[in-house]
Amino acid sequence: MTSRLSEAQREPAVAGPGTKPLKIVIAGGFAAGKTTFVDSISEITPLTTEAPMTNLSLGVDDRGEVTSKTTTTVAMDFGRITLSAATMLYLFGTPGQDRFWFMWDELSRGAVGAVVLVDTRRLQDCFAALDYFEAKRLPYVVALNRFDGALAHSTDAVREALTIEASIPVLAVDARSRADTKAVLVELVRYAIRRKHG
Amino acid sequence: MNQPRFVRQFVLTRGRSRSVGADLALDTLVTLTDAGRRRAAGGELRAEAAAIARLLDGPLSVAEIGAHLHVHLGIARVLVSDLVADGVAAVSAADFDETGPDLGTLERLLDDLQAL
Repeated sequence: MTSRLSEAQREPAVAGPGTKPLKIVIAGGFAAGKTTFVDSISEITPLTTEAPMTNLSLGVDDRGEVTSKTTTTVAMDFGRITLSAATMLYLFGTPGQDRFWFMWDELSRGAVGAVVLVDTRRLQDCFAALDYFEAKRLPYVVALNRFDGALAHSTDAVREALTIEASIPVLAVDARSRADTKAVLVELVRYAIRRKHG
Repeated sequence: MNQPRFVRQFVLTRGRSRSVGADLALDTLVTLTDAGRRRAAGGELRAEAAAIARLLDGPLSVAEIGAHLHVHLGIARVLVSDLVADGVAAVSAADFDETGPDLGTLERLLDDLQAL
């Protein structure tokens, strides 16, 4: 309950015209707990932002024109923490489907880093996110969501299974816990700082 | 907000959905200017500008404005860039280079998070 106490004692930060945003990307497979994670620490109920995306179908007609196109919507849940008069931190969940890479690019551009949430019963669901952040050289930490209090595999076993290098933090979390979420974000920022020192 | 969902979204932006506002990031913060506040109070803003002005008690990101108005991100970008062009709103974007935010920013972020 110490976190509740410090929360109550903390002066509420007031943002103004000079306030700058920062963002952290929250990635992971479907139902890995991304929105739960964001909700546990956000000062607002997570909101959903949507972007339209046009899919060209593979069919091409006789005149060489694309026969049809459909529009789908990419939805991203996000939350916010006003850290000080100077800084508002946004936590953006990645779209559920990996194919919306253009949105991942936008989310990652200028981000502090990423948290890859993993359901240890479905390790393969996080492969795409790990590969993406490696390729973009965006600092990330891996958070194993402890569903129902239990991890199907230990952090060491998961690190080995996912071939995550030793310098990258791997933590077990309860995504519903504000203290756990805070610890993951702190670990990510520490890691991003270590990377800067190179 | 009372944004009518049946209004085709391109009508809100008078047909523009590309290029204008494309440089506004999801997390770019939007605030009302003093002039914007006066014009909002005087009822001088178009409906969608007035709707955004009502949201802007403090800074809000482009993504939040889109979410509250139930419009796509691209539409939110266009609406916000119109407000900036009209002097109604000002924006504050994140500072970063190809390696992300600078070290000083990360160190302040770490202190702020630990103090939460």
